[in-house]
Amino acid sequence: MDAFSQSLLLATRLIAEADARLLGIVSLSLRVSLTACCIGAAFGLLLGAWLAVARFPGHRAAVWAVNTLLALPSVVVGLVVYLLLSRSGPLGSLGLLFTPAAMVAAQSLLVVPLIAALTRRLVLDGLADGGDQLRSLGAGPLLSALLMLVHLRFGVVTVLLTAFGRAVAEVGAVMVVGGNIDGVTRVMTTAIALETSKGDLPLALALGVVLLGVVGLVNAAVALLPTRGKLLRDAGLS
Amino acid sequence: MAQNPQPAQAAQALVSLDAASVQFGAVQALRGVSLTLRRGDRLALVGANGSGKSTLLRLLHGLVPAAGRQLHAVDGRAPVVAMLFQRPFMLDLSVRRNVLLSLWLRQVPRAERPERCARALARVGLLPMAERAARTLSGGQQQRLALARAWALEPDLLLLDEPTASLDPSAKREVESLIDELARDGLTLVFSTHNLGQAKRLATRVAYLEAGRLMVDLPTDRFFNDALPPEAAQFLKGELPWS
Repeated sequence: MDAFSQSLLLATRLIAEADARLLGIVSLSLRVSLTACCIGAAFGLLLGAWLAVARFPGHRAAVWAVNTLLALPSVVVGLVVYLLLSRSGPLGSLGLLFTPAAMVAAQSLLVVPLIAALTRRLVLDGLADGGDQLRSLGAGPLLSALLMLVHLRFGVVTVLLTAFGRAVAEVGAVMVVGGNIDGVTRVMTTAIALETSKGDLPLALALGVVLLGVVGLVNAAVALLPTRGKLLRDAGLS
Repeated sequence: MAQNPQPAQAAQALVSLDAASVQFGAVQALRGVSLTLRRGDRLALVGANGSGKSTLLRLLHGLVPAAGRQLHAVDGRAPVVAMLFQRPFMLDLSVRRNVLLSLWLRQVPRAERPERCARALARVGLLPMAERAARTLSGGQQQRLALARAWALEPDLLLLDEPTASLDPSAKREVESLIDELARDGLTLVFSTHNLGQAKRLATRVAYLEAGRLMVDLPTDRFFNDALPPEAAQFLKGELPWS
């Protein structure tokens, strides 16, 4: 039996037996990455919408910076957050290093440029279509951009799923700031890295299969979400 | 060269342009346009593609910044201006929410919005479709929804950029008769069109633009019967067989 089929069998067994350690790791992975995506979305969507309509000296440089940060290596983000949270760093007194909170901070930083850059492009395309008409109705530039996020909400969901994929699949940042502590900060990717370094390739690959399955389930769950938001009802639009 | 009409009676002015010019980069879209719109006017803008009709409508709305545009107060407030575009843009929401959104954007009190929305939708015959997704409507229905969205704002001045250009003949008739109905209520209209028959049917004034200049601005009957400057006469000759 080759390594791939062995891994698939192992993955199936781990899931079928609902292995407690595996569930803990999966649960922590999901909690960390989903929280990071929510925080990243709050900043990234706003930043992307603003960059689509704002005009100020240095605007082009800001767009260039955000686009460049798309290629930010996760291990560099980990290092920056590590330096900030380490005992001698400016936020060392918070005692967050090697905790899930530090991992959330690192992954949030990682996904903000991704969400902002993709959102900016999405909003620009939308405004080319209906920007003038929204302005004629009385919406200012930023409000027009935010309305475009509502209008293009399925595109926004795709952006957020992309960000979630980036967060849940990265290993560098969570390894540096989380430390891969068993039962505390061990997530799917750091577990895979550990098993690979120990030479247990079938288990590492099986964990990879489980990771893919989990991401697939999250995607399916998002696709089934109801489309009507509370936001519009709160604004008196229903 | 431009000939200005003398209004039969001095109705209240809503918007005036005084030698207004608009430039987009190297392109001069409008050159020294002077124009006064009075309450109850129905002005048709005609001219070839690229003559500046849409830019003039955008300028009248204030979407294009330019010196020389002045809004005149109506009952102590700025006139309400609404605009319809050739291809209406509807947010990916229900018909009702699209109208409610425009009322929200214009800061209409929350308590008034549902009634104004229902009235506007009823007026254009879309009330039974209020919960349908706006983007699933046909082209004619979307243009009617755009009219409802604009009419709900209770505008003093309604600007229409080739409102029937992309519609089939039946939808064109529907939208045109709605526009006519709204205008009969005293609404001031400015619309651009390539359809001279439509200009004859709907307008009380016709203005001819060429290369960003307002060449002629005359009451409708005089525009079609008087001797016009050569450029405008040539335009009429070229268009009349299709009107």
